[in-house]
Amino acid sequence: MAFWNKEIETMPRAELEKLQLSLLKKEVRMMYDTSKFIHDRMKAAGVSPDDITDLKTFRKIPFMKKTDFRDNYPDGLFIKPYEELVRVHVSSGTTGKPTVVGYTEKDLDLWAESLARGMVSFGMSEKDLIQNSHGYGLFTGGLGVHQAAEKIGATVLPTSTGNTERQIQLMRDLPVTAFAGTPSYLFHIADSCEKMGLDMRNDIGIKLAIAGGEPWSESMRVKIQERTGIRVHNCYGASEFCGPSFLECEEQAGLHVWADICYMEVLDENGDQCAEGERGELVVTMLQKEAFPLIRYKIGDISSLVWEKCECGRTHPRLMRLSGRTDDMLVVRGVNVFPSQIESVIGEMPYLSTFYHITLESVNYMDDITVEVELNEPFLTDDMVKLGKMAREVEERLKSVLSISTKVKLMLPGTLKRFEGKAQHVTDNRRYD
Amino acid sequence: MTDENIITQLSIFINNEPGRLAAIAGILKDFNINVKGFNLAESAEFGILRAIVDEPDRAYDNIRSKGVLVKKTDVIGIAIKDSPGSFFETADVLGKAGINIDYGYAYNSNDFDFLFIRVDDTEKAVKVLKDAKIKLIKKSEI
Ligand SMILES: [Zn+2]
Repeated sequence: MAFWNKEIETMPRAELEKLQLSLLKKEVRMMYDTSKFIHDRMKAAGVSPDDITDLKTFRKIPFMKKTDFRDNYPDGLFIKPYEELVRVHVSSGTTGKPTVVGYTEKDLDLWAESLARGMVSFGMSEKDLIQNSHGYGLFTGGLGVHQAAEKIGATVLPTSTGNTERQIQLMRDLPVTAFAGTPSYLFHIADSCEKMGLDMRNDIGIKLAIAGGEPWSESMRVKIQERTGIRVHNCYGASEFCGPSFLECEEQAGLHVWADICYMEVLDENGDQCAEGERGELVVTMLQKEAFPLIRYKIGDISSLVWEKCECGRTHPRLMRLSGRTDDMLVVRGVNVFPSQIESVIGEMPYLSTFYHITLESVNYMDDITVEVELNEPFLTDDMVKLGKMAREVEERLKSVLSISTKVKLMLPGTLKRFEGKAQHVTDNRRYD
Repeated sequence: MTDENIITQLSIFINNEPGRLAAIAGILKDFNINVKGFNLAESAEFGILRAIVDEPDRAYDNIRSKGVLVKKTDVIGIAIKDSPGSFFETADVLGKAGINIDYGYAYNSNDFDFLFIRVDDTEKAVKVLKDAKIKLIKKSEI
C-alpha cells in the first residue's frame, strides 16, 4: 500500500483531532482579522476567536451559504488582492449570478495535495496515463484532476468533455490506464464501446477511474465495474471548497476527508452534531484556505461521516454516499438545476400557465428530465403543428437557460395538479441503489 | 355569401386517460348531438376530437357545461364525391393563393363524402376555391 503523505494520512485520531482544532482556531482567527464578511458575521453573533476553545464553541459561528457568494458577487468575499491570486474559477449559475472562487498558490497546492493523496490511495502512480474527460475551463473538475495527477507524476491526457468517438480512439491508441469523468459519461463510453464492438477489458487498458460531479450509487458502481473491469472511485467536492477534493481509497469504503484540510460537520435538524454514521446536513470548513473564507459552509448535501480506521490504514474520517439535498437543487447529468430557473422560463411564455411539474428518470444511467407545462386556455389550438412549435420553443429556451436538454410536455389547461401551500414541483424517479 | 361556406367545427380536447373518449361520446349522446363527421388527432399528452355536428352552437354550450375543453374552429368542407381529383385541386389552388392548410381530413358516410380543411385564412380560401369552381359544402347542407 502506497501513501502520498503517510505521516499525516495515518496519524492517530487523537493527534489528528488536536491538529484539526489548532488549524481551525488559526483559520478562524486569520479570517476574523482579514475578512470583513467573517468579522461582521461573528461580531453580530457575539462570538470572538478567543471564545473558540473546542468544536462545540466553534458551532457558535454563523453558517455560510451559497447566497453569501451570490450576494457578494463577483469577488466580495476575496481577502487577497489579485496580485496574490493565481487563478479564478466560476461555477454555473444557480438562480442568477454564478459563484466566483479565487485561489492563491497555496490554495492550489493544497487542492492538488488533497486529490494527490486520494489518487495514490486507490493505486494511481507516476506510471499511469490518465485520460481526463472532465471539462477544462471555468469548471473546476478538469484543471483540478489535471494538476493533482501531474503532482503525483502521472501523465495527463487532457481530452476534456465530448467527442466520445475520439475519446475511445485515444484510449485505444495510447497506453491509457486511468480515467476521470462523470459516472454517466463512463456509462456512455461503455455503451459506445459496445456499439463499436469493443471489449473494454481487452481492447482498452484502463484499470482505474475517478467518477464524480453528480450523484451516483453503489449499485451503479457494481454494474460499471462488472461491465468494464475498471475499478471506479467516487469523488466529492465543490468549487467553494476548491473543486473536486476527496476520493475513495482502494477499499471503496467512503471518501477520505483529510482532517488537516477540511473540517466536516454533520448536523441534525437542531444544528447539533450527529452521532458517527448518522445522516445529517454537511457543514464544511476549509482549514487552510487563503483566498476567501469557507467557514461553516452549508453545501446543501446530506450524508454521514465515520471515523473508524479504514482497512487501508488511513485514520481520517470517511464520508459516506450522499443521500440527498437540503434545498430544491437537482443535479441532472452533472449540471445543477433549480426549479426556479424552469419557473422563470415558463413565466416568459404567454401561452403557458404558471403550473409545471418536473420528472426525473434514469434511463440507462443517464438522467432524463421532463417538464410538464400547461397551456393557457386562450392559446389552446387544435393545430398539432402549432402545439408542437410551442413545445419546441419552451425546450429551446430551457436548454439555453439550463445548458441541458429537457423534454417538454404540453398539457391541457387545468390538468396539472394544484397544490395548496408549497408546491411539489419535482418527482425524482431516479434510483441510485 | 362566404359565411354560408364556413363550417363551425368543434375541437374537443381529451386527456389521454382510459375511458375519457367514451365519456365524451356519452356526453354527445346524452345531449342528442348529431355528429356528421369527425377526426381524432393525438399528441403524446392529449387527444383532439374534431367534430362536425348539426347544431354547433348548442353542442358547444352543452359540452362546455360538462367541464370539457372545447373550441369552435372554422373549417371548409369540400365535396369530393363527384370529383376524385378535388383534393389535389384544392391544395393547388390554395397553394397558389399563398394559403396554408393547417390540417385536413376526409370523412365518408352514407350521405356525405367530405374533405374538411383548416386553413390560415378561411375567408380568402373560400373565395379562391369558389373562383376555381371547386364545390364547397354549405352550412345548411350539414
Ligand atoms: Zn481507506
